[in-house]
Amino acid sequence: MLSIKNIHANVEGKEILKGINLEIKAGEVHAIMGPNGSGKSTLASVLAGREQYEVTAGEVSFLDKDLLELSPEDRAREGLFLAFQYPVEIPGVSTTNFIKAAVNEKRKYHGLEPLDSVSFLKIMKEKMKLVEIDQSLLSRSINEGFSGGEKKRNEIFQMAMLEPKLAILDETDSGLDIDALRIVANGINKLHSPERAVLVITHYQRLLDYIQPDYVHVLYNGRIVKSGTKELALELEEKGYDFITEGVDLNA
Amino acid sequence: MKEKQGPLEQAVSNDYKYGFVTDIDTDTIAKGLNEDVIRLISHKKNEPEWMLEWRLKAYAYWLKMVEPDWANVKYPIIDYQDIIYYAAPKPKKQLNSLDEVDPELLSTFEKLGISLSEQKRLTGVAVDVVMDSVSIATSFKEQLAEIGVIFCSISEAIQLHPELVRKHLGSVVPMTDNYFAALNSAVFTDGSFCYIPKGVRCPMELSTYFRINTENAGQFERTLIVAEDESYVSYLEGCTAPMRDENQLHAAVVELIAMEKAEIKYSTVQNWYPGDKEGKGGIYNFVTKRGICKGDHSKISWTQVETGSAITWKYPSVILKGDYSIGEFYSVAFTNNHQQADTGTKMMHLGKNTRSRIVAKGISAGHSQNSYRGLVRASKQAINARNYSQCDSLLLGDKCGAHTFPYIEVKNKTAIVEHEATTSKIGEDQLFYCRQRGIDPEAAVALIVNGFAKEVMNQLPMEFAIEAQKLLTISMEGSVG
Repeated sequence: MLSIKNIHANVEGKEILKGINLEIKAGEVHAIMGPNGSGKSTLASVLAGREQYEVTAGEVSFLDKDLLELSPEDRAREGLFLAFQYPVEIPGVSTTNFIKAAVNEKRKYHGLEPLDSVSFLKIMKEKMKLVEIDQSLLSRSINEGFSGGEKKRNEIFQMAMLEPKLAILDETDSGLDIDALRIVANGINKLHSPERAVLVITHYQRLLDYIQPDYVHVLYNGRIVKSGTKELALELEEKGYDFITEGVDLNA
Repeated sequence: MKEKQGPLEQAVSNDYKYGFVTDIDTDTIAKGLNEDVIRLISHKKNEPEWMLEWRLKAYAYWLKMVEPDWANVKYPIIDYQDIIYYAAPKPKKQLNSLDEVDPELLSTFEKLGISLSEQKRLTGVAVDVVMDSVSIATSFKEQLAEIGVIFCSISEAIQLHPELVRKHLGSVVPMTDNYFAALNSAVFTDGSFCYIPKGVRCPMELSTYFRINTENAGQFERTLIVAEDESYVSYLEGCTAPMRDENQLHAAVVELIAMEKAEIKYSTVQNWYPGDKEGKGGIYNFVTKRGICKGDHSKISWTQVETGSAITWKYPSVILKGDYSIGEFYSVAFTNNHQQADTGTKMMHLGKNTRSRIVAKGISAGHSQNSYRGLVRASKQAINARNYSQCDSLLLGDKCGAHTFPYIEVKNKTAIVEHEATTSKIGEDQLFYCRQRGIDPEAAVALIVNGFAKEVMNQLPMEFAIEAQKLLTISMEGSVG
């Protein structure tokens, strides 16, 4: 589904990603872990198409399309979803209207009629249960005055509404208390299916107590320095990142 | 030098879709202004002697006045002798019904989305249409007359209701008020007149549509609305003009009078030609709008959505004379390319327990400059006067400017005046967030801007809120779909 080959990327002239390779197949859950500043969020931004990030080498194919050729909105319409680490506030735009615009843009792209209000509300009601989100939150301006937990839940709710092929969760666990973490993780698990893939980006292992990854990769200094199964995450938790990073030659 | 356009710049580069010219015979007089021109205008309109004298008096004042230069706008010196002061579509015969209107004119207004014939049948909106210097048609006149509401062109009102016009004209905006008001008083050609008798709640929206068509012509419209005790009226004006390289002058005066317990709601959707992307051409929109809450418990509410004009200079104001009277001002001013807007309001609290509320939203894009200028004054007698002002600016890009000039004069210890102001930028973050959800940059900017302007848009009459929202969106779109 997603094939990343030797991606190099700069931010403000500084090379952050120094050759990333990664294969994700439908139905798989991958976790990318790594210390602060290793390039985790940069990878998420590059995949989503944020313009400040300049890809200098490498290629990415997504569902057999050249991902890097697509605009950010077309990537989204093709089924790539990014749950933001810091969801953005848009005053005066209700969450409901925002999601409706997003859903219908995607439908239009795929040659479908826009959803009418009745069918939209019906789907919304179903998905609300998944992430235990309150109706009142959805009529408020998107993310404005939301608590940290509400913002993250809203991200997962949008993911549920948009039904992406590939969901990238950028530090979705950061700033969540244990209850919110459980709700968010449950939401992700319920959406997981053999057709969909999930890429979880996280600093800590604790989200992986709730979401079972098939593969765990350690990102360090712009490269994936180690890949393994869930056990790798547990090892990291126990020993810290040092046990991996000590042996890595920074200049290689 | 060609600048690289980011998604934001592309999203706000617009095309003006009302810029066509109607090819129609026009009765125009020679350029220039002097007493004879004023006599000619008055003669062409078959006016009574008192009206001509009033005009000449205003002209004499105007000659002694100087053009104001305090607004935060820049433009070359206007040559007042290079303007045509009267232009009227021909043939101008007396029309008995809308069916007799020149088809070319009807199709002009069809193109503008103002279907006179359809309006007549389908919607509950009465329309007066003014092209250049004259009113072409007014719909629903008879139906309104049955309940005593007078809705006609000001020219017609001078003929048919001279006592009402004479009593109120210039009573809110005196001819000596300012440079442009004096000029308007001397040369005004047409506009609308509305009179709502005591106790009548006007059952439909009244609306005037202004169109400048003739090259080099100025439009000097005059609107007068009188709401007697316990009456209510909602009035809306819209305006467009062809695209021309020369700047054209539009200097209007609007006066509102609300008697005891009367309410006037006045909405404007201003879409004069704004000039091209380099700032060439466009309308100079120098307008004096003022209402007086004359009676106790009366209310005047101004709502404006300003997207057009090269330069906007207007401050719809309310004189709160009656006790417990209420003044409101809701404004969205959108400027793009090289447009300049200096707009705001004046709330003059004279009566006891008067209240006013100001919500001004400025949106600037391109190289435009957008200023809010507002005065809140509470006089000695204005016991317990209250004002709340909120001014928010939204910047699209980094080459535009937003400015706020609030003036507060309080001469009464019991008065409470509150002012809040914010400035924000459409961030790349907001834009990217929308795009990541599949919303393209144009739609994203429209979504963000409409969200920002929502509080004001909600004040518009239902029929026009959607139109205004579309207009705001179109003004920003890179391509009009």
